[in-house]
Amino acid sequence: MTMPYYVAPEQVMKDRAEYAQKGIARGRALVAAIFDQGILIVAENASRTLHKISEIYDRVAFAGVGKYNEFDQLRVAGIRHADTRGYAYSREDVDARSLANLYAQYLGQVFTHEMKPLEVEILVAELGATENDHRLYHIAYDGTVVDEERHSVLGGEADVIAGRLLQAYRPGWSLGEALRACVSCLAGPERQLGPSDLEVGLLSSGNGRRAFRRVAGEELSGLLAG
Amino acid sequence: MSLHLFGAVDDPGPSFAELWRRVRPGTPLPAGESLPGDVRHATTILALRYAEGVVMAGDRRATEGVSIAHRSLEKVFPADRHSAVAIAGAAGPALEMVRLFQTQLEHYEKVEGALLSLEGKANQLSQMVRSHLPMAMQGLAVVPLFAGWDLRRQLGRIFTYDVTGGRYEEADFHATGSGGRDAKTTIKLGYREGLARGEAVELAVRALYEAADEDAATGGPDPLRGIYPIVATVGADGFTRVPEEELAERFRAVLARRERAGGTTGGDLT
Repeated sequence: MTMPYYVAPEQVMKDRAEYAQKGIARGRALVAAIFDQGILIVAENASRTLHKISEIYDRVAFAGVGKYNEFDQLRVAGIRHADTRGYAYSREDVDARSLANLYAQYLGQVFTHEMKPLEVEILVAELGATENDHRLYHIAYDGTVVDEERHSVLGGEADVIAGRLLQAYRPGWSLGEALRACVSCLAGPERQLGPSDLEVGLLSSGNGRRAFRRVAGEELSGLLAG
Repeated sequence: MSLHLFGAVDDPGPSFAELWRRVRPGTPLPAGESLPGDVRHATTILALRYAEGVVMAGDRRATEGVSIAHRSLEKVFPADRHSAVAIAGAAGPALEMVRLFQTQLEHYEKVEGALLSLEGKANQLSQMVRSHLPMAMQGLAVVPLFAGWDLRRQLGRIFTYDVTGGRYEEADFHATGSGGRDAKTTIKLGYREGLARGEAVELAVRALYEAADEDAATGGPDPLRGIYPIVATVGADGFTRVPEEELAERFRAVLARRERAGGTTGGDLT
């Protein structure tokens, strides 16, 4: 009988982190930013039907990058959590923080206990009553949660894009300005992204009870043209 | 609370009712007994088609035996953007059914990223009414009325139910609840194909007035308290509540018509 090799726990964690990071870096990035009417989320996504950005509840949206089947499972679990909570208590009792914590616990548990970590990074966004109450929870593959202030970048080359966004960001900008800046940050200096390369969703108080809506088609082209 | 994750085999899919059964098993009902005392009941509801959609309306009264339990109960609700549901019968379980139905439609839409067809929605409600049958046998029957705008066929449609969950599509109009017969007769006499929105709202209001005139459990307009029936329209642009000022105006028109007829009959038909 052969004995299993001893591997230091540090090494195990490092290997898993590297594995997850590699998987995430292969996919395209996603940017979220606060604008004057709410929260804008822009993803590079050539598919019209396999969404990276979705509605979770009245004022909560979800966005994920990495492996589609893995973050989509998390998206559905999020909708289930929100709907059961809203049904058991009341619609006002559903918030992004409790969902972000659940995601973080689950991702952390999978990262430490399972063979393979989830190759995903997710964002839970919540529209607040005022601009200061908007929430952006960025959750990494190992369960690390970051409560981001004004904007958030997920996915491959996140650091570079975040650097560009930090430069471009202006408090109180309009939807059009925010969208164009986010798209140029995603594209970088060498590339151009058109409406067919993008998936755009937003949470805005102007949309009634269900604050989430998608921006696509002519509206998207119009906003990009400025 | 924990994250609701399921394996591929036991996943409840886009059904909220199924999910709820998995995560919150309810208390079983006492079998074969009827409830002591009176339970709150909601009464007359109706729906009729007009040129650009459907009108749905309900009075505001809830009764407990012979006493009035509530004067401003709402019985007409948006089920989602393009459909409406109204309830008659035992108010408690009926309101709960509406909440479950609304959650179910939204849940499906979010999980699947697509809307259910109008017929799919009607069938969902049918299943909910059927699963309520044990309680209906104990005297807590719930009879909803469902209507909406069919986005694929571009027309307004009305569905009615019985306590067994039987689902029936109505051609033009229907009314149910304790004053349902009177309301339905009124609509029948005033109905014609392709009514304009205003005419349809007025006919609905008139039908409720006549129902309240004949049925003790149906509440009429209450201008002193400012309580009017709930009337809503569902068309291509979605669910819209008819504003109270307009309803007050329509009621005045109905009363004026009666006055011209001497006050005891409904007045001319058209």
